Amino acid sequence: MDKIKLTIDNKTVEVEKGTTILEAAKTIGVHIPTLCHMKLDDMGIENKPGGCRVCVVEVDGRKNLAPSCVTEVNNGMKINTHSMRVINARRTVVELIISDHPYECLTCAKAGNCELQKLAQDMGIREIHYEGEQSVYREDTSPAIIRDLDKCIMCRRCEMMCNEVQTVGVLSAINRGFQAVVSPPFEQNLDHSVCTYCGQCVAVCPTGALTEVDHTPAVIRALSDPSKTVVVQTAPAVRAALGEAFGLEPGTLVTGKMAAALRRLGFDFVFDTDFAADLTIMEEGTELLDRLSRHLAGDETVKLPILTSCCPAWVNFFEHQFPDMKDIPSSAKSPQQMFGAVAKTYFADKQKIDRKDLVVVSIMPCVAKKYECSREEFSVDGNPDVDYALTTRELAAFIKLANIDFHALPDEEFDHPLGDSTGAGVIFGATGGVIEAAVRTAYELHTKKSLPRIDFEELRGMDGIREATIDFDGLPIKIGIAHGLGNARKLLEDIQSGKSQFHAIEIMSCPGGCIGGGGQPYHHSDSSILKKRQMAIYSEDGMKTIRKSHENPYILKLYEEFLGKPMSEKAHHLLHTNYFDKSTVFEQED
Amino acid sequence: MTDYKMHILVCGGTGCRASQSEKIVDAFKSELETRALDDEVKVIATGCFGFCEKGPIVKIIPDNTFYVQVGVVDVKDIVEEHVIKGRPLKRLLYHDPATKSQVTDTAHIDFYKKQVRIALRNCGFINPENIDEYIARDGYAALGKALSEMTPADATQLVKDSGLRGRGGGGFPTGLKWEITAKEKSDQKYVVCNADEGDPGAFMDRSILEGDPHSVIEAMAICGYCIGASKGLVYIRAEYPLAINRLKIALEQAREYGLLGDDILGSGFNFDIDIRYGAGAFVCGEETALIHSMEGHRGEPTFKPPFPSVSGYLGKPTNVNNVETFANVPVIFNKGVEWFSSIGSEKSKGTKVFALAGKVNNVGLIEVPMGITLREVIFDIGGGIRGGKKFKAVQTGGPSGGCLTEQHLDTPIDYDNLIAAGSMMGSGGMIVMDEDDCMVSIAKFYLEFTLEESCGKCTPCRIGNKRLHEILDKITKGKGTLEDIERLRVLGNVIKDTSLCGLGQTSPNPILSTLDNFYDEYLAHVNDKKCPAGQCKDLVRYEIDPDACTGCTLCFRNCPVGAISGEKKMPHYIDQTLCIKCGVCYEKCRFKAISIV
Amino acid sequence: MKIKTLADLKKVKADVQKKIKLREQSENAGNVVQVKVAMATCGIASGAKETMSFIIDELDFRGIDAVITQTGCMGYCYAEPTIEVTLPGKEPVVYGYVDKDKARQIIDEYIVKGELVDGIIPVNYKTIDE
Repeated sequence: MDKIKLTIDNKTVEVEKGTTILEAAKTIGVHIPTLCHMKLDDMGIENKPGGCRVCVVEVDGRKNLAPSCVTEVNNGMKINTHSMRVINARRTVVELIISDHPYECLTCAKAGNCELQKLAQDMGIREIHYEGEQSVYREDTSPAIIRDLDKCIMCRRCEMMCNEVQTVGVLSAINRGFQAVVSPPFEQNLDHSVCTYCGQCVAVCPTGALTEVDHTPAVIRALSDPSKTVVVQTAPAVRAALGEAFGLEPGTLVTGKMAAALRRLGFDFVFDTDFAADLTIMEEGTELLDRLSRHLAGDETVKLPILTSCCPAWVNFFEHQFPDMKDIPSSAKSPQQMFGAVAKTYFADKQKIDRKDLVVVSIMPCVAKKYECSREEFSVDGNPDVDYALTTRELAAFIKLANIDFHALPDEEFDHPLGDSTGAGVIFGATGGVIEAAVRTAYELHTKKSLPRIDFEELRGMDGIREATIDFDGLPIKIGIAHGLGNARKLLEDIQSGKSQFHAIEIMSCPGGCIGGGGQPYHHSDSSILKKRQMAIYSEDGMKTIRKSHENPYILKLYEEFLGKPMSEKAHHLLHTNYFDKSTVFEQED
Repeated sequence: MTDYKMHILVCGGTGCRASQSEKIVDAFKSELETRALDDEVKVIATGCFGFCEKGPIVKIIPDNTFYVQVGVVDVKDIVEEHVIKGRPLKRLLYHDPATKSQVTDTAHIDFYKKQVRIALRNCGFINPENIDEYIARDGYAALGKALSEMTPADATQLVKDSGLRGRGGGGFPTGLKWEITAKEKSDQKYVVCNADEGDPGAFMDRSILEGDPHSVIEAMAICGYCIGASKGLVYIRAEYPLAINRLKIALEQAREYGLLGDDILGSGFNFDIDIRYGAGAFVCGEETALIHSMEGHRGEPTFKPPFPSVSGYLGKPTNVNNVETFANVPVIFNKGVEWFSSIGSEKSKGTKVFALAGKVNNVGLIEVPMGITLREVIFDIGGGIRGGKKFKAVQTGGPSGGCLTEQHLDTPIDYDNLIAAGSMMGSGGMIVMDEDDCMVSIAKFYLEFTLEESCGKCTPCRIGNKRLHEILDKITKGKGTLEDIERLRVLGNVIKDTSLCGLGQTSPNPILSTLDNFYDEYLAHVNDKKCPAGQCKDLVRYEIDPDACTGCTLCFRNCPVGAISGEKKMPHYIDQTLCIKCGVCYEKCRFKAISIV
Repeated sequence: MKIKTLADLKKVKADVQKKIKLREQSENAGNVVQVKVAMATCGIASGAKETMSFIIDELDFRGIDAVITQTGCMGYCYAEPTIEVTLPGKEPVVYGYVDKDKARQIIDEYIVKGELVDGIIPVNYKTIDE
């Protein structure tokens, strides 16, 4: 590779050809401020429209200032990142952005996490010299995401995530100049678009323009209602990220403190979605084996590969974009919904509570879960199986609101019976985890033999699309894994064209799986955070004594006492669902 | 073939068509038919003559008689007098405002005297819907020459040697651009013609496509041969229906003759052209935005490099040239490099087409050799300032050019001189202002345009221009401060320094150049709260001089808001609290009793 | 029709050149022979139309580049049809009583060889341009 030699702020730097000024500067400890630029290293995710112009620097001999995030280095370049001209221009640009931004920092959901706020602080901006009209646009509230475009700074990160990474294609810049905003097609609201509510736009938004719908007030109301029994379930990925909101190192597992905090918040029972994850494996694993054995027996009507269905954004995605494949995903509900269905039947019966007096709250790394729990098919007589879904961020804020010193909390256990889980349930939180958990169970159920090993390293990792063949005692099972909807699309198209053949595929909408969910503490484009959360998930799995779902005694008891066996009629009724063709749903409306 | 003794050329450009020139063509045809002259006299709808001020234009050949502002009603007289009796119809001849005499032919009209028509050589001369007429004018000979006698490298070198520079505004050497694209290795390359003419008032590209579409097609094919592209695309705004139609006809005819398609003129070279429609966004004239628009994306610029010559349409090497640039190419091949480079100035060869507009007597489309002075253009070709008023400024380069003054009038016009003077060539807009124009309002007016046309991608252009406009608005309303003037300069320079594309990088030019050249006017608005030109409504008052007022009541009757009162035959007065400063009373008063203070 | 070679193109050009010849010549009027035929009522009555057609055909046949235009009455109604011939770089010469034979003689002698022919009418007026 060619080397390029240049000087930045009078220091000589040697970098590879093709490096940007921004990256070159980083190698010598010069951190040029950026705003629209975002890069998740090693994940192939980068947004650099060169639009905000905050990162401009002075290049000797160049007519105008150069945006360092998109300008590649040349031999002999002389760069000044903080000359008078640069500082004046950069300050002016930031002042301009703020001049078109509501002065609502005190009440903004993003306060403290806002990258514009941080930039203004870092640059010591104390006065805005360019006050004037601010652009306004109607607020759009969907079941999961709120768009407050008055706070949009046109960084286009959301657009890049929605189009390039997720290939959902909902968000795009519209209108011109001062009126330019990012919007779904035809200026419709999100709930009239093919938005999957994956929340990756929320995850990368530098300001408060995109946030999740806050369910906390409703949860507080439920908790203070003496007639209600309020139970809570927490998704696996939450415990690997919640600590970040309290200043702990990324990757710190806070399972025990989280359970303690939830108990302090007043939840009557603190349960674990991991339990429902084990239950999912029982149903989905059985469904896989069923399809597989019929396929092997020569049944041509059987659909393979089986696709996982735990991820609500993924379900939305194929309902909108691949409706012809809607009978391929497993009919098993997601763990959140299985939990709700079991809680409001099995558990409510046990407690002798009417389901109407039982409130199920979930803590999720996800914003699509808010939409999922509001789906009509997941309610009985208008009473939803899961009442409210809070994101990891909302839980953190709730804990702070309740004056709880998170660090001082002891480690506590989940309650029985819906709080007991195996390592297989925990790894649902990372890409590849669901399919690994399914393999652990399916292998043993199919071969009637004990697994020679429990860790399937070949299914783990961060590559967008992964393939592996697992030997089921002489029967090679081809597994595919995709995370990020763009990768899912590639995989689906390969299946449609017959290019790829798999027996089972796991799909997660968010890069990294649930640990990178749209409801997690903001990663601020630091991809190492995602990797640390992933490690935390696998370490919790490693610490568990039981690591296969079908060995979870409480699951076995649930089948024994209530459901019968996997795929039984009752299980079907409570734990399975069907999907809808939503490809034309918006055309039909008007 | 019938031998016609006489050709009647009727301008079929958009401007003249708006004044019913199509009906004039029909009227001539039927009139000639009735008089059984239709096999002796041929009627031809041509492209634009350029002298749009006086349209519709009718030219009689071989006499070269030039009729202006012709109406359908005049057709009978022209046939009777001119065609039959052979004497020019005096009332329709051009009236030279300087000599007050009638001029019969173009050779003696000042508007044409200093023009050199290369890009417009066939406009107003041939029937653009007939490929034969183009071929008769050496059409496709340049392509034939390139394909049969030259290697692509030789042909590229010829364009390089000619010194032709991009006529879209940037002035980048055309041959060099071709050479760079030629050097890229790719399975597919593209030739793109930028016909997204966006400067308000500029219409040279439209006129060329309307009047001589084959010259562009031929040049694109030559370019394709030079750079190794088999595919051409014309990006044209959808609001140019006539140009699109003529281009479509021309493409069809060229294909029919085998001048587009496979194995052109037996050379083995394949080339064809598709049309892509633009929705009329100014920023899509920027080549990266244009390419994104063609690809079906939002018309937004992206950072260069990579340049389109490396990664353009669909990621393939793409050469983008403007219509006028292409129109020059065939002539260079036919007449040679020496001939072409003998025209123009040292660093800017050939000619440039300008859309001359504003307060001059002769507005229209002109083609002049580079190096001509602004004075010659405005006073000789343009016929001076309308109504005998005083020249104040000329704005070149479209909405983001600068305003030049009296002191720049003798500057030879070329790319480099205009930039040195604080403006630019742009695509060739030229708007003349007189003493009645308020330069602060003018700057505001141009900014309104760029504000409207900014794509909104980068901060300085999206928000900065908005703030500039707000400050200007404040100043024109008499609420500005000295600090505001300073702020205009600081912000304007930052916008130039930090914007993503040419639109933002040049949008503050009208402000910065008027600040440089007309600072006193800004001061007058801010310090004295006065608009010296009397244009800023908030800073002027209309007053009636009681001594001059005869009490005719004309102003009273015309005031739309009832702000004027007074008895008949007694002096009237204006209630300033009601007056909306529309200026109707001022225009109506026959006794010069109303003044602007 | 397909134009398959450069030679084809040149052939097509030669064929279609006529279509615009009139216009091209009038563009360079100063460099070619100009003939004005008086075509007022008096001229037409005396056969000016026929004379004009003849001149056009004859010059074309001989391959002489010329601009032939009609003009109003030149004031020599007694000598109609009258024509004015201007050779490049020369003063205009007006001939009277120009019928076909006379026209052929004018072409043979004056236009081709530059020798004056009988029947010249002395110019007794000046045009506006002068």
